[in-house]
Amino acid sequence: MAKRPTPTEFIVERDKDRCIACQVCVRMCSNDVHIYDADTNTVTSDNSKCVGCHFCETLCPTDAITIKKNESSFKPNANWSVSVISDITKQAETGGVILTGMGCDKPYTIYWDHILLNASQVTNPSIDPLREPMELRRYIGRKPDKIELDYNKKGKIELKTMLEKQLKLEVPIMFSAMSYGSVSLNTCISLAKASHELGIFYNTGEGGLHKSLYKYGKNTIIQIASGRFGVHPEYLRTGAAIEIKIGQGAKPGIGGHLPGEKVSKEVSEARMIPEGTDAISPAPHHDIYSIEDLRQLIHALKEATDYEKPVGVKIAAVHNVVPIASGVARAGADYIAIDGMRGGTGAAPKVIRDNVGIPIEFAIAAVDARLREEGIRTKVSLIAAGGFRSSGDVIKAIALGADAVYIATSALIALGCSQCQKCYTGKCNWGIATQDPYLTKRLNPEIGVQRLKNLIRAWSLEIKDMLGGMGINSIDSLCGNRTHLRGIGLSDRELEILGIKSAGEPQ
Amino acid sequence: MNRNISKLQRIDARDLNYRELNRLIKDAANEGIKNIHLTNVNGQRYIGTGVNNAPKININGVPGNDLGAFMDGCSINVSGNGEDGIGNTMNSGRIVINGSAGDILGYSMRGGEIFVKGNVGYRVGIHMKSYKNMYPVIIIGGCARDFLGEYMAGGLLIVLGLNRKSKNPIVGSYCGTGMHGGKIFIRGNVEPWQLGKEVRVYEPNKNKDDFSLIEKYLRQYCELFSLDFDSIIKTNFTKLLPGSSRPYGKLYAY
Repeated sequence: MAKRPTPTEFIVERDKDRCIACQVCVRMCSNDVHIYDADTNTVTSDNSKCVGCHFCETLCPTDAITIKKNESSFKPNANWSVSVISDITKQAETGGVILTGMGCDKPYTIYWDHILLNASQVTNPSIDPLREPMELRRYIGRKPDKIELDYNKKGKIELKTMLEKQLKLEVPIMFSAMSYGSVSLNTCISLAKASHELGIFYNTGEGGLHKSLYKYGKNTIIQIASGRFGVHPEYLRTGAAIEIKIGQGAKPGIGGHLPGEKVSKEVSEARMIPEGTDAISPAPHHDIYSIEDLRQLIHALKEATDYEKPVGVKIAAVHNVVPIASGVARAGADYIAIDGMRGGTGAAPKVIRDNVGIPIEFAIAAVDARLREEGIRTKVSLIAAGGFRSSGDVIKAIALGADAVYIATSALIALGCSQCQKCYTGKCNWGIATQDPYLTKRLNPEIGVQRLKNLIRAWSLEIKDMLGGMGINSIDSLCGNRTHLRGIGLSDRELEILGIKSAGEPQ
Repeated sequence: MNRNISKLQRIDARDLNYRELNRLIKDAANEGIKNIHLTNVNGQRYIGTGVNNAPKININGVPGNDLGAFMDGCSINVSGNGEDGIGNTMNSGRIVINGSAGDILGYSMRGGEIFVKGNVGYRVGIHMKSYKNMYPVIIIGGCARDFLGEYMAGGLLIVLGLNRKSKNPIVGSYCGTGMHGGKIFIRGNVEPWQLGKEVRVYEPNKNKDDFSLIEKYLRQYCELFSLDFDSIIKTNFTKLLPGSSRPYGKLYAY
């Protein structure tokens, strides 16, 4: 049988009249798509290698290149799509698991697009955020059931209740876990420095902490995953909070393998494993087989850091997320981060990414409702993650019950990511998901910081506008306030789970 | 500070919960006390976790789970048995158990030594790893249950099987499953049913490096428990090494 090549996904169109054969594209493409022929002084392309990242397009000084989707590779078929045929072909040739990067791209319902926000008219005036103070500050951590006050010796009122350690966020948005190894150091520096300047937090993922990042410790959430890479006393002491990673929205229930090629000298130092060896994270933490075991690790970490830092737990949104979250809260976690099925990843089996888990909208609504029913909502903060695309998604998540959100894909897009979904190849042309020094220097961290700050500033302004429109001047008052949400195009069952009324229904 | 160095502090752990007990230990260590004797320990967890200045901690009684978790430099001696999770993600130091110990001993341990006189439970030495001059070592005097050295990435695991009844296997099944680094030495033979798919069996001793590696740590072990090194080393050892440093390298289609 003849070997069938996998179909070409993209076509590189080169306008011959415009191309000056400067070879910028040839030098810059990490996938070796462009080829220079010195004899004819022309540049041609190998379409089969193109991943559709559009990097060459942005660099071409004469706008000669256009990347187009190849529409004609196979006869259109709603069932046997091009990607299905390519995957089967690839598996027939290799016998391997199909890998992919970033979040699920299947057209499942995005519930954010079926939820509408409220605004004030006549009966309760809206607030103008340009003239009046608006509060976006949030505190993440365990809150007391009640506050006790007392007079001190000088006759002044003083807080008697001992408050648990909290993370103070100036904006209810943080950068979600991305490990050094899966992303470049320049990406980590951009996230860390932007967090520091914005008064928020970024998350190390399970890659340990590079020595140049310790100075951002006060704005760092350090992660402990099943591989325990780079976990040592100084690492534990450096972070502002510690997060136990149980699961990830893009790949619930499975572990991770960082291939040895990505374990460079610097990555090996951060992870504390020999250079060039695979970093294998088992699927479960082998010291956690139950809620009681989780409680044990939470308190081991608290003992290791003298109860000075909040300890959170990150879980993937799965069918049983509600009782699991309740258990996590009762295990003593200071916050629960829930990652929905559209959350990104550096590498995951495609079949898992696209078929396992539930959308974050349902998870956050159902978990918030159950924790309230059980009277333990104040004992734990909820952080929602998994595909937040705009300030609209963020504010809806907060109204559904999240205390804050984690963003990662949006942050990477701000840094240049074009969602080509090839992070696992380590050849990211934008210098994000790669350790190749030739590629990583393309991301200038100073510019990266500015772009991330711009993004968060823009979303903050929009959130203030929407809050003001609802007549609310503090994000605190919106948390779990579902009366400000209405569903559109949803079934009764979906509305019930989301805990919101239908558009058109008054209060 | 210096006057405390030779000072011994005794702490009676009776009726103290783990947080109270560990606070007393940490305070003593912070004062520079180098010898801490705990009596009446009864299940208190996390002893040795987050303790600075690397004191010696002597434990009378049975410490609870996660003894020495994330530990850095302390030297712990337990007169009796230990529980689960001993030396969890331990960075450096030494833990000596004069009895038997439970499951997941030395999980993700990166440095230091754990010496157990008796038997150990399941998943011991799982995901141990070494880095530069940090080299974790576990020696088990008795037998180990299933999944010994699972996902092992570095370091040294030795099982002696002393005083073993012939019907008891020295290690359970799936030994070395997913192993991709480090070395396991088992005194005596192991059968194929006991091994995970990713390990290969070799004969040590003929190779001089192996013998000196075993000797370096086993002599210390024998001294601690007053055992005769020469008679123990006489029996042949089985050496287990990973079949590949990348057991899962060929799972994926790129």
